[in-house]
Amino acid sequence: MKFRAKIVDPACLNHFTRVSCMVAKLARACTLRIRPQKLNFILADTAAGGGVSMWCELPQENFFSEFQMEGVSEESNEIYVELTSENLFRALKTAQNARSLKVKLTNKHFPCLTVSVELSSASNSSRMVTHDIPVKVIPRKLWKNLQEPTVPDSDVSIYLPVLKTMKSVVEKMKNISNHLIIEANLNGDLNLKIESELVCVTTHFKDLGNPPLAPKASTQDRDPEQMVEVHVDIRKFLQFLAGQQVNPTKAVCNVVSHRMVHFDLLHEDVALQYFIPALS
Amino acid sequence: MPLVPQRAPEQSDCGLVASLDNVRNLSTVLKAIHFRDHATCFATKNGIKVTVENAKCVQANAFIQAGIFQEFKVQEEPVTFRINLTVLLDCLSIFGSNPVPGNLTALRMCYQGYGYPLMLFLEEGGVVTVCKISTQEPEETLDFDFCSTNVVNKIILQSEGLREAFSELDMTSEVLQITMSPDKPYFRLSTFGNAGSSHLDYPKDSDLMESFHCNQTQVNRYKISLLKPSTKALVLSCKVSVRTDNRGFLSLQYMIRNEDGQVCFVEYYCCPDEEPPESES
Repeated sequence: MKFRAKIVDPACLNHFTRVSCMVAKLARACTLRIRPQKLNFILADTAAGGGVSMWCELPQENFFSEFQMEGVSEESNEIYVELTSENLFRALKTAQNARSLKVKLTNKHFPCLTVSVELSSASNSSRMVTHDIPVKVIPRKLWKNLQEPTVPDSDVSIYLPVLKTMKSVVEKMKNISNHLIIEANLNGDLNLKIESELVCVTTHFKDLGNPPLAPKASTQDRDPEQMVEVHVDIRKFLQFLAGQQVNPTKAVCNVVSHRMVHFDLLHEDVALQYFIPALS
Repeated sequence: MPLVPQRAPEQSDCGLVASLDNVRNLSTVLKAIHFRDHATCFATKNGIKVTVENAKCVQANAFIQAGIFQEFKVQEEPVTFRINLTVLLDCLSIFGSNPVPGNLTALRMCYQGYGYPLMLFLEEGGVVTVCKISTQEPEETLDFDFCSTNVVNKIILQSEGLREAFSELDMTSEVLQITMSPDKPYFRLSTFGNAGSSHLDYPKDSDLMESFHCNQTQVNRYKISLLKPSTKALVLSCKVSVRTDNRGFLSLQYMIRNEDGQVCFVEYYCCPDEEPPESES
């Protein structure tokens, strides 16, 4: 099992740091999956995490100038390691304005992801900063829990509004209730709603547009105005919104009535999927 | 409770209708008196008065005159109700407390009458938020009977002069002692805390002093925990008037200029704590 990769381009370095920041905000611990073409940050759905799951995928050649890997075996050329996302983000934060960044899987008494940063200084000599991030190698028998989640057929698929507006609305709503109702229809309407004894607040977003849905019998003959709703934990939704520092190139919300809400985001070449289950 | 309408009620059956192009002109003034959860609102054709009280010793009033609103109608005055101010402020700032300049939130507010909720319709950039806030039975508010004819001492200061003093008050002191006098030390704030006493004097000819009318020496003590919340108003204001009457009651009036240059007033009344000991200078 081998992995070593290098980033030299400052823009790529910046982008990679931003991705790690987003991952750190969405999941405390995550799985890094390394394949010859792609990297994934995965948060599997567990009872302890309240059923939230995340799938983030980036093509390696858009980030790394050098990339070598050797999986556990020839036929399963993959590596799965578990790490604390905050550790990776903190290591990458020191790489701002760095000349280069190397990431390597090492074994220093225990398995580590070693991040070496070459920083330029006023004099011509450069400085090296090395972070050893402890990782846990995940055995092959557990890989099956870490596969790309299948998106269930959604009842409504809708483009999301500017995430910053949504974030400030949800932040205020969180002060009043823990329980958020997300409603959407096939007419481009999305409502965020909270209800408590003291106050009911509904924010209406209009004309958002709906991406074409996979043809499904039940949606064909449905009234486009009819709302489909899902109740979620407001903190989990806010956590997702807080993780989005820049507005994504594409953001779609898929609502499965009373079961879950699925967010499908694209930041340039980084794809993020985030699932929040419905509250029972 | 009567049936709650789903849509905005017609103007004709509303006890109070008000609309505002910039919601911050309202929310800023309300933040200045937000030191308790509940507030009582009184609306007349002149505007809205919002009152917050604590411990039957301190009362804060915010006045939002009708002219601040683009539309303001009161059917049968006075319209009175009690509301959760924390919730109201959360709703008013739903689109963010620090919006991007040039991106204003507009507000339309309706209150149908006794037993009905307060309806807020907020709009920013085509996004609409509807809030339905339950109202409660109005409570009798205190009458401090603070009459301008009984005022003994009065000074008007630029707020920046008091801002630092109030934000750094020694909170280990139980009281804030205010001395106002036609002679030295003119205007003095004193605290008596664990680390010793501190006195802060403002000379009468200071640049910060806009007007100075003191007729007799008065030394009064006020519970610091009751006065501290007024810092919220102080921070937002440009001028403050400090007055005491013959009973030692304190009135602090803050002049707050909103983003459109209009002026609103917030007022705090506080009753004195006790007679200061004779020996204190």
